[in-house]
Amino acid sequence: MFQLKFDETKCFACETNDCLTKCQYLKIDPDTAKIEIKKIINKKDSFVLHECVTCYACEEYCPTGNHPFYLIVQRQEELNILPLPDPLIKRGIRIGIPFRGEPDIQEIKGPALNLGVFSSLATLTRGKLFEGLTLMSADSRKMFHYFCQLMYLHFGRISVINERLEKIIETIAAHKVKEVVHFHDECYGTYTSYAPAFGFAVPFKSIHLFEYLYNRLKELKSEIKPLNFKVAYQRPCSSRLSSDKYQFVDKIFDLIGAEHVKREYVGENALCCGGTILGQKKKGSRQFSLDLQKKNIDDMQRAGAQICVFNCPACMQTIGKPVAKKGMMPVFMSDLCRLAIGEKTS
Amino acid sequence: MTRTAYKYNDIIHRCFRCGYCKFPTNWDDVNNCPAYARFRLESYSAGGRLWLIRAWVNGELEWTEHLAKIVYACAACKNCVEKCPLSFSDEIVNMVIAAKNEMVELGLLPAPVKSFLKNIQLHGNPYGISAKKRSQWMEGTRVETYSNQEFLYYVGCEGSYDTRAQQAARALGELLLKAGVSFGVLGKKEITDGNEVGMMGEDGLLEWVVEKNIKQFKELGVKKIITLSPHSYNAFKSIYPKFDGKFEVFHYTQILSDLMKKRKLSDLKEIQKKVTFHDPCFLGRWNKDYDSPRNVLKSLKGITLVEMERNKKGALCCGGGGGNFYTDILGGSEDSPARIRAREAADTGAEILAVACPNCLTMLEDAVKAERLDDKLIVQDISEILAI
Amino acid sequence: MDAVYQALVKIVGEDYASNRPEELFTYSKDLGTSEPKFPDYVAAPKTAEEVQKIILLANKKKVPVVPLGGGMSLAGLALPLQGGIALDLKRMDQIIELNEKARYVVVEAGISNGKLTAYLHKHYPHLMHSEPGAPPAATIGGNIAIHGQGDMAHPYGFNSDMVNGMEVVLPTGEICKFGSCSIGSGWYTLHPLPDIGLFLGWNGSTGIITKISLRLFPCKKIREMDLFVVEDEGLIPDLLYELTHVGMAEDLIAFTSAIPPFMDGVHHISMNITGDTEEEMEFKRHLLLDGKLARYIQDGTGGIGAVSQDIQRPQISKSADWKKGGGFEYVGSIMPVTAYPECYRRGAEISTRHNIPYTVLGRVIGSAHAMMFSWSYAFNRADPETVRHAREALHETDSLVLELGGTIWKPAVFGQKLMMDRMDSNTLQMMKKVKNLLDPNGIMNPGNWEVNE
Repeated sequence: MFQLKFDETKCFACETNDCLTKCQYLKIDPDTAKIEIKKIINKKDSFVLHECVTCYACEEYCPTGNHPFYLIVQRQEELNILPLPDPLIKRGIRIGIPFRGEPDIQEIKGPALNLGVFSSLATLTRGKLFEGLTLMSADSRKMFHYFCQLMYLHFGRISVINERLEKIIETIAAHKVKEVVHFHDECYGTYTSYAPAFGFAVPFKSIHLFEYLYNRLKELKSEIKPLNFKVAYQRPCSSRLSSDKYQFVDKIFDLIGAEHVKREYVGENALCCGGTILGQKKKGSRQFSLDLQKKNIDDMQRAGAQICVFNCPACMQTIGKPVAKKGMMPVFMSDLCRLAIGEKTS
Repeated sequence: MTRTAYKYNDIIHRCFRCGYCKFPTNWDDVNNCPAYARFRLESYSAGGRLWLIRAWVNGELEWTEHLAKIVYACAACKNCVEKCPLSFSDEIVNMVIAAKNEMVELGLLPAPVKSFLKNIQLHGNPYGISAKKRSQWMEGTRVETYSNQEFLYYVGCEGSYDTRAQQAARALGELLLKAGVSFGVLGKKEITDGNEVGMMGEDGLLEWVVEKNIKQFKELGVKKIITLSPHSYNAFKSIYPKFDGKFEVFHYTQILSDLMKKRKLSDLKEIQKKVTFHDPCFLGRWNKDYDSPRNVLKSLKGITLVEMERNKKGALCCGGGGGNFYTDILGGSEDSPARIRAREAADTGAEILAVACPNCLTMLEDAVKAERLDDKLIVQDISEILAI
Repeated sequence: MDAVYQALVKIVGEDYASNRPEELFTYSKDLGTSEPKFPDYVAAPKTAEEVQKIILLANKKKVPVVPLGGGMSLAGLALPLQGGIALDLKRMDQIIELNEKARYVVVEAGISNGKLTAYLHKHYPHLMHSEPGAPPAATIGGNIAIHGQGDMAHPYGFNSDMVNGMEVVLPTGEICKFGSCSIGSGWYTLHPLPDIGLFLGWNGSTGIITKISLRLFPCKKIREMDLFVVEDEGLIPDLLYELTHVGMAEDLIAFTSAIPPFMDGVHHISMNITGDTEEEMEFKRHLLLDGKLARYIQDGTGGIGAVSQDIQRPQISKSADWKKGGGFEYVGSIMPVTAYPECYRRGAEISTRHNIPYTVLGRVIGSAHAMMFSWSYAFNRADPETVRHAREALHETDSLVLELGGTIWKPAVFGQKLMMDRMDSNTLQMMKKVKNLLDPNGIMNPGNWEVNE
């Protein structure tokens, strides 16, 4: 029912093939890229389908907005070339099944805050920055009713997302919300990139957390005390679905007096946290993931970062501790902003 | 006979009796439930008590004086609530209080509980001393009666009548005067706060006390209350609002902590002593304030604050809660919680065992004497330490 | 007045002896599905000498004595099947001696595991003992008396294999020592003296263990849990064989359950690994995850479910509150590791028949020499029908254990009988002789391991 709107002609006409040539993990020259893209479009086996680390970055690299990553995942599923071992896929798919009753749907007036599946992070959403937002649900028993499902892009399971997403959208819409601030990039990406790409109707406006925080901080500007910290930012894979919002990272840092350190793996060149790579089937994935983390964290450290800022709880979970071991404090962006206005963080 | 009116028939069977409730937060020992520490029979543990209550309300067991003793041995210290890993943990103490409600209803109470409640009814205090004598503690002080000052200083029954607790009540009065706090007391007009009446399950009497107090407070125009006792603090903060009695309530350590921060109590004497602090349950586990008393002590020059093994959320109760300071169900043994606590305090090498509750003050001072530790350890209320 | 009660009061003091309905009720109940069995008296002694006096009294009056630790066996092993004195040993809870360099601790048997853990954590953070999976209120003595196992079962075996010496009050009242302590040496070894220790696994029916010397083990600074998952339960025995060959884990447990849904039919192997440095940790991770497991990952049959997770102590009582019922009981068995697939499949069938979500677990003992495989059955304490179902499921599982070539661990009387019915007759007679020799009046936990032929 929900089909990826993918325009092959754009790819055939593409001169750069950035989707594959810019990939940081597969070293692909332009000629090979052309061949492999064609294979993928034509549902043929391609080494790309086997070796993709599922970092979402090609969605950002594509100059024509043509969803190469969604296509790769779709083909992985169609050709049964799955990035993860079967039991992880089975377990992962079931994790998203709600089993502790129906959510309590209350009508929300004004803008809402959606924590998605991270109800445990409700403690992060306290204080002045979040005044005026109504938390949609912080009940851990009900969080899977708000789970955007996009995680299954790592699992080669477009079908699962397409099966479940409509219901999730319905649940959010049942709160009668017009505007929703999504705490996680992944939810924002779901409703602003994935949903239109596959033809899901989304009856609410989505606001990116960083854009919201930036605007709120501007309102509270008089209360900001410059932090004077050097910070690195761990860009999550899902932010590749909303690259237009990436600008707010630096805007926020400027506003709160944090110095975004100059380093190699930043912006478009950001490295995956390695969380999903660690479990992939490809030989040596765990070691590859560890090397990647080391490269990333060493780079932050070399650049003199004192704090590593996160948006994604999964990135935090994966490299929060290793970052801390290297003497940099892992902090969620929202907490960093709270610090800047003199609030105690969680 | 089954007790169908028992409020927790739908959840009381859920206690597994796994025994987490016996431990403090640091797992130090199984004796952090004061009643279990004292008697060390499973029937006195929080789980044992719940199973017995269930058997009684189901009609499996008859009421006996001993059953009532087990139920009333609960000091309502909330250690079980803190440690129980199950989702109904918040209700454990309430399940015990509800059993007391049933016993009150039937008039089946241990003798000292009966006399406690009767004294409250007749005299407004558990000691059965005339209400006229309630203001004796303030004789010789400059403390005034309440008349539109900023704060009502609510002294409570122990501070008003118990000779040892009176010293703390006076010390606090002097301190507040010294700091220029605008306050007054109710004197003879003061009656019990009702906290223990509630903990002992006499809801009718509780209602009467609370309504009487609220009426008086409102007539006098009281807006802000400072309490000597954390028990009073808990009553005014958590019980009174349910009866439309909303006041701004402070335990005195919260006020002192603030005054010291603002340097309004700066000319205090330097005390070169090692001090340990015993958390009162109704400030700590019931109201989650572990810092105010410590902040006061830390602000004092010369004092070295040392912690007992079990502190804050994991502190062992003195055994005086839930009316036990009067009924003395947990007394009479070297395993009485207050005596265990006195030994624990002495183990820190402290010279002063600081308390912030008149109940704890009397319980622990008696315990220190019983343990013959009084030559090296003195028990003092924080108000007294500051008033030195 | 009752003479036994009076005598007990004289021995332990009025506070610690009872013949009142409240204590008798409390000690008549086990946490599992067992029917209540009422004692006539409850006593809580403080010393081995008090235990001795009670035993002498019991012999004189021919009254049964049933020793009790934390009461966590769930199988009714400390229920007074024939009345008598329920002997609560939890007041005997002192740490007597700790020899750091020889890595042992001598404790009174009634000490809780939680207390010993807290003590070691505070005073000897580089030493640990094996805590069982039971709640921390479970006692060291109770666990030893039922051949418990827990942390570090993979490298070091049963907890009862970690005993260096014991003090026991015999059923006839003598206080005996076993191991090097019996010749006045330290409490550092049970061997090489002649094996006359006849107390482990007897559920207190041959004597009352009052002191234990327990082996302590290195406690590394960094501890984590890694998780490997497979769908095919048939792979578990091979995986455990491979992982125990590597020998880098401190604990290996395979488990699955019907709830939460993501666990259903997915078999998890938790691997606890520990080290003093990150290098040591990574060395161990590498050997486990990139070595023996790589084949499964690459062919897609197994995957790394999680790495570097904090090790959480199991909060087993939470299992009791699935469906807000407050009860569960399990059959534990000592099984060949190869039986895992069948244990899981047949266990799930029993659960389904009794409408209980299945929860099964296999803890590796030694180098996969065996596993403790358990089937848990939750019930609602307030609903007799669910209690009945759980009880029937437990009995069916007892039979299943034997059918699959296993041995029931800490069996209740029902399970004891199943095993004795199959037991070699010479062995059975030897058990009978031992019991009769040690306990001529049959006062010790009668009904347990009782040979009637």
